Amino acid sequence: MMRLSHHLTDPLIRSNPVTLQILGICSALAVTTALATALTMAAALIFVLCASAAIISAIRRHIPQAIRLILQITIIATLVIVTDEVLRAYAFEISQRLSIFVGLIVTNCIVLGRAESFAMHHPVRASVLDALGNALGYGLVLVIVATIRELLGTGRLAGIPVLPLADQGGWFEPLRLMQLAPSAFFIIGLLVWAIRAARPEQIERPDHRLLLRQDGTWP
Amino acid sequence: MTEILFAAILTDNLALSFFLGICTFLAVSQRLSTALGLGIAVIVVQGVTVPVNALIHAVLLAPGALHWIGLPEIDLSFLRIIVFIGVIAAMVQLMELLLDRFVPALHRALGVFLPLITVNCAILGGSLFMVERRYDPLEAVVWGIGSGIGWALAIIAFAAIRERLRYADMPEGLRGLGGAFIVTGLMSLGFSGFGGLAQ
Repeated sequence: MMRLSHHLTDPLIRSNPVTLQILGICSALAVTTALATALTMAAALIFVLCASAAIISAIRRHIPQAIRLILQITIIATLVIVTDEVLRAYAFEISQRLSIFVGLIVTNCIVLGRAESFAMHHPVRASVLDALGNALGYGLVLVIVATIRELLGTGRLAGIPVLPLADQGGWFEPLRLMQLAPSAFFIIGLLVWAIRAARPEQIERPDHRLLLRQDGTWP
Repeated sequence: MTEILFAAILTDNLALSFFLGICTFLAVSQRLSTALGLGIAVIVVQGVTVPVNALIHAVLLAPGALHWIGLPEIDLSFLRIIVFIGVIAAMVQLMELLLDRFVPALHRALGVFLPLITVNCAILGGSLFMVERRYDPLEAVVWGIGSGIGWALAIIAFAAIRERLRYADMPEGLRGLGGAFIVTGLMSLGFSGFGGLAQ
């Protein structure tokens, strides 16, 4: 069990799919203006990733090598359609706010990446744990970014007022920038910086360095 | 019509305001020349797949679209995700064959990027936005080409900045990915300034 559990814990921070491997960012950022949409998106991804890993791992010995990608995409797309329809049926309002981004889980590189690189070569239990770990790592980044953006952008958290707004007699002036696209990029950039400050082994080494002349001027 | 083109290229830029195709955007922007190749490939694929998907959606998938074979109450729109992905994969394969046969120079230049475009979320996102915003087929052509140009513009500019960034003296933890995100954020901020022109 000890050997299995690292599949679950590794992708949370140390090899987080979003901040280290640059996977799945496409959908990760657009839904982070509010905590509610981020949590729904994380739940949708956890379901799709775990279910696809379980199915693909279970039938991995029967998948012909030549058509494995198209088979994986078909399985993933089917699960995404099911998720999308369930959200539409039981949480219509939030599925409207998620707009096209639930559908875009199909092209989320984390899902296909884990299927191709892990679930195709490992038994079901390890694959599901690995999928759950990666999905939680993705969800963690989503929740952190969404918390910062919603709290500083509107003074609310999951729709509940937390900071008293200035125009209602409080002291907090909402930062409108936090609700716009650029802030998501800034927050992820700073998050990457924070993780790399804590784990210096992840710092990217430059291919080459510039050397100053002896007198300290640029060559 | 011009508003759609204008919005697709600048204000509704797929990469910078909807975060679509950002994985590829960050991974394939180390050099200006490769970014240029990928940008052109995205314009071509987007310009072909969005109109084709618009046609398929109008004739087969939209609610009531099947009345021409006498089945007006059938609604197949839940199938659009899987159909669009299939169409995109097929169109990319087809274009690869056609380019190899008729424009081998462009085919060589695009190289490995053409097949990779199949899983670029900007392409699927473009088609899904086309359905959500209810564009008619002509508008879909404009939206497809325009959003392709917008994405290409963003990655080409970003690659040019990134080539210079290699000589920047940044804090160690920001080098590479972290710095790339901050620069993309600044570009996104710049592009959102075009919003004032749209009114």
